[in-house]
Amino acid sequence: MKHRFTIFALIVLALLSYALYQALVVAPTEQTMGDVQRIFYYHVPSAWTAFLLFFINFLASIWYLVQRKPAADIVALTTAEVGTVFCTVVLVTGPLWARPVWGIWWTWDVRLTSTLVLWLIYVSYLILRRFSTGSQTPVLAAALAIFGFVDVPIVYLSIWFFRTQHPQPVMGGGGSLDPRMWHALLINWLAFLAFALLVCSIRYRLEFLQRELEETQALESLLEPKP
Amino acid sequence: MNFLDAAYIATWLIHIAYLTTLVGRFKKLRQEIGQLPRK
Repeated sequence: MKHRFTIFALIVLALLSYALYQALVVAPTEQTMGDVQRIFYYHVPSAWTAFLLFFINFLASIWYLVQRKPAADIVALTTAEVGTVFCTVVLVTGPLWARPVWGIWWTWDVRLTSTLVLWLIYVSYLILRRFSTGSQTPVLAAALAIFGFVDVPIVYLSIWFFRTQHPQPVMGGGGSLDPRMWHALLINWLAFLAFALLVCSIRYRLEFLQRELEETQALESLLEPKP
Repeated sequence: MNFLDAAYIATWLIHIAYLTTLVGRFKKLRQEIGQLPRK
């Protein structure tokens, strides 16, 4: 098990290095923005990965509400936490691209604001999980996650529904992308997906062991002789 | 530092910071497991 994990971690590291090389060296320089456009190879795959993780969180939350399986709850918690990390990357890299291109760090545009709201929803989900101790916490968290996920399609479709300063989407946006840029983008997404899977497996294992320990401690306290 | 470098460094700082918290939580968990009475 440990051996397989190490091999997978090394594959992920190699993939991330290759993706970085594709983004910084192989992909051509964009004519109007110059090198700063390469932020796109980290910003967009991070956003797609966050959306996918929030979608898995949404499915796992439904699964938990229907079947009350602890594994579903652990998957939901894991994907929400890792998804929030990726969403943080999106919110940090976006302004770093916007400052040289738009001349401003931030604007209260629909795409940007809905992404910030999405991040706040999942941060509140994690705060609920961290500080609420009642037995109903997983149920409340699952309900919050299901309603919270509604913001994901709003973020993605906001570009079509509202006038926005944000660039048009890469897929279905009508723009054209150089094949080498496409290649770099997809390789980076693949690398970030593999990295997300690796981090999720670590987080899942941690949560699983933590719950086992809590159960053991509860049993120990029951079996302890009373004075 | 240019904006491109800042974005790439910030991305990895965020991921490394999160991984560091996971390592810390694993260490704490191992300590708690070590404190369990042996049967």
